[in-house]
Amino acid sequence: MKTRYFAVLLTLCGSARAQEKPLVFDMRPLPHAFVGARIVPIGAPEIENGVLIVRSGTIEAVGPAASTTVPADARRIDVAGMVIMPGLVDTHSHIGGGWGADSSDPIQPDVRVLDSINVRDSGFQKAQAGGLTTLNVMPGSGHLLSGQTVYIKNKDGRTIEDVAIRDKDGNMLGGMKMANGTNSQSGPPFPGTRSKSAALVRQKYVKAQEYRRKLMEARDDPENRPERDLEMEALVDVLEGRRVVHHHTHRNDDIITVLRLAKEFGFKVVLHHVSEGWKVADEIAAANAPCSIILVDSPGGKIEAANLVMQTGGMLEKTGVLTAFHTDDPITDSRLFLRMAALGVRAGMSREKALEALTIAGARMLELDGRVGSLAPGKDADFLILSGDPLSVYTKVEQTWIDGIKVFDRADPKDRLFAVGGYGAGHDQVMHFCCFEGPHDQ
Amino acid sequence: MKYPSGLGRNRLSRAVHACVPLFAFSGLPESAEADVLAIKGETIHTMAGNAIENGVVVIEDAKIKSVGPAADVPVPPGARVLSARVVTPGLIDAHCVIGFTGYLNQDQDQDQLDPNESIQPELRAIDGYNPQEKLVEYVRGYGITTIHTGHAPGALISGQTMIVKTTGNNVDEAILEPVAMIAATLGEGAKPHGDPKKSPGTRSKAVAMLRSELVKAQNYLKKLDSDDEKKKPDRDLRMEAISQLLKRELPLLVTAHRATDILAALRLAREFNLRLVLDGCAEGYLVQDEIKAMNIPVILHPTMWRSGRGETENISFETASLLTKDLILVALQSGYESYVPKTRVVLFEAGIAAANGLGFNEALSTITINAARILDIDDRVGSIEPGKDADLALYDGDPFEYTTHCIGVVINGKVTNDQPQ
Repeated sequence: MKTRYFAVLLTLCGSARAQEKPLVFDMRPLPHAFVGARIVPIGAPEIENGVLIVRSGTIEAVGPAASTTVPADARRIDVAGMVIMPGLVDTHSHIGGGWGADSSDPIQPDVRVLDSINVRDSGFQKAQAGGLTTLNVMPGSGHLLSGQTVYIKNKDGRTIEDVAIRDKDGNMLGGMKMANGTNSQSGPPFPGTRSKSAALVRQKYVKAQEYRRKLMEARDDPENRPERDLEMEALVDVLEGRRVVHHHTHRNDDIITVLRLAKEFGFKVVLHHVSEGWKVADEIAAANAPCSIILVDSPGGKIEAANLVMQTGGMLEKTGVLTAFHTDDPITDSRLFLRMAALGVRAGMSREKALEALTIAGARMLELDGRVGSLAPGKDADFLILSGDPLSVYTKVEQTWIDGIKVFDRADPKDRLFAVGGYGAGHDQVMHFCCFEGPHDQ
Repeated sequence: MKYPSGLGRNRLSRAVHACVPLFAFSGLPESAEADVLAIKGETIHTMAGNAIENGVVVIEDAKIKSVGPAADVPVPPGARVLSARVVTPGLIDAHCVIGFTGYLNQDQDQDQLDPNESIQPELRAIDGYNPQEKLVEYVRGYGITTIHTGHAPGALISGQTMIVKTTGNNVDEAILEPVAMIAATLGEGAKPHGDPKKSPGTRSKAVAMLRSELVKAQNYLKKLDSDDEKKKPDRDLRMEAISQLLKRELPLLVTAHRATDILAALRLAREFNLRLVLDGCAEGYLVQDEIKAMNIPVILHPTMWRSGRGETENISFETASLLTKDLILVALQSGYESYVPKTRVVLFEAGIAAANGLGFNEALSTITINAARILDIDDRVGSIEPGKDADLALYDGDPFEYTTHCIGVVINGKVTNDQPQ
């Protein structure tokens, strides 16, 4: 059961009426002080005996126990012997069963993955058990452009709207998924070669440039504006930097092609997978392109991944490339995302950069580093309580907190089922929190 | 050719061969190395009794000559010496398709499954194994020295399996056991993919087909026993293979995930008095009383196997622990992967099991001595004991820790050239 600490405010407007009116809940959690853990804040030195103070869903303070005052109104939680680190940021996930583009066209920028995600999918609960708090949920790689991705907080939600991360105007945030190489090649209307792939992409972006030019020329004159076009609008978002391109790419020459296209059209790009990134690490560094990589247990499975090596993270680190990890769930299990950083260290990454690659590096790629990815005052209270060092196989995620609310607790049998598996673990989320069962569980 | 190859080789003949120092004349490449190799380990997990602190393993003629604390087992003069923090027996992957399913995953390097017929026990593993497949070398780099590989799950009876060392320039140099088991599948995996008109289309049909095949082989054996030469049947490779199951010369390896399918396998074993080895067993924890009652060993699915939807949606990180606590003999496997990664590494799978209730020693057993027992090769490998094959893995820390490296691999007394992984 997701334990919550709600302040219950009973509106007292006369005793007779009070019985008729429903209870009104203050959804803001009480302040919490987590005391005694080793804290891995990311971007700052590890704190041996630390205090983390969380209020109203954000981090109020983080520091050594000796010099950090616990507020009088805070609920004090002793976490001595534990390790606290920021919630993990997964830059590339497919959980929720979302599909983007269909087989009618290789380029479909109007398609939004958010229209097809089942937020009750048990994959989200398993991801909570793995400590994932921020996700970039993407459509697949079988298209040159398979649609708009969506950035979410991995909270318990009833709808995608409940969990989507929004800008200050309330717009749901996300990127644009693209791919090159073999996955996106197929029979017509799909491209049959790499050059054809690039040509189709360039033609579409040239069209979007023209559309954008007409928009700019029309300025505020609605008469002269081009007709609304959902595909073009989405690509204008990309051209103007409001949507980051998340680009699946494996082979060394495909990576260079992505960099060439990004330069030609000026879009922001994150290179995903980059199995042969180690062969062109200098070129990636020169283009200042961030890489979101995956480490899998063996090379191959397809020709493009034949030269995938565990050393990629370490080699990119040496050239100064901003590097994050992703699960590509279901390719790797969200419950074991911490493992990827440890494998990175095994093959040459520094501990510091490997842990950043699970947190702040991914946050930067999603342009959410002002809110998530490290433990610092003012940031969202997304954090994990671990039983031990984040890089050890024996360490368990004990609790996952998002926006100051506990979403996973290994001590709770219902949550534990999703952490370890077993009968029923494949079933969709059981709706057991306030909105479904009523407030009796508080 | 080191071994008499062929279909008919059975356990008895193997036991006889095991008495002969096969590798003494096995054509291993000549080497200028010292004849005697000694491995020093801060901790040696022999898997035959307690771990030895500050120990030594002495290797001579491809076999383990002695093992014990450094005080009792001196390093022989002139021996080549390797040192490591942790030494284990060479690891055993109790079931995989390495060498059959190539890492490039193209049609031409996939030989683990012929989908054209649902029952093909006559397909020999030695005719399909590629010892130079990149994944053989890859898993060896993590300390895996023996693999049980061959025809994959995915057909009612897909073919035979074999046991090889992860070395050798050709299949004969690699072979430890040319015919290990006959691989069957129950449940969704037994249904022919993409052709709804082909049988078996249902679970019941699958069991009926297996029973019919076994009854046919009973009849074949009966005729073979006839005193009347005219009544003896013509040779039939398929019937010969199934007969070996009935004669308990070979175990039937049944991949089954749902409790329903596991119970069907147990029922089949009872009816025909088969030597059964359960494989996969995602829902094994639901029927462990039944598995235990028949004393059936389990080669469990990879701990980190994808759960997804369907047959494996109920898999658990803790199944190895649950079955082991019930004294069921459990080994772990890397299994079959159709995409990325092309193979799992059984060392990693055991690590996750260790961290999920199984504990270090039992987890290491699942990829050493338990695997050797289930595969019936514990006279050769699976523990560090005098007389056994000199297969060892060397690590710079707890082998299960993600950040530990395998720093040395010894197979048949020879140190491989692998880079630390």
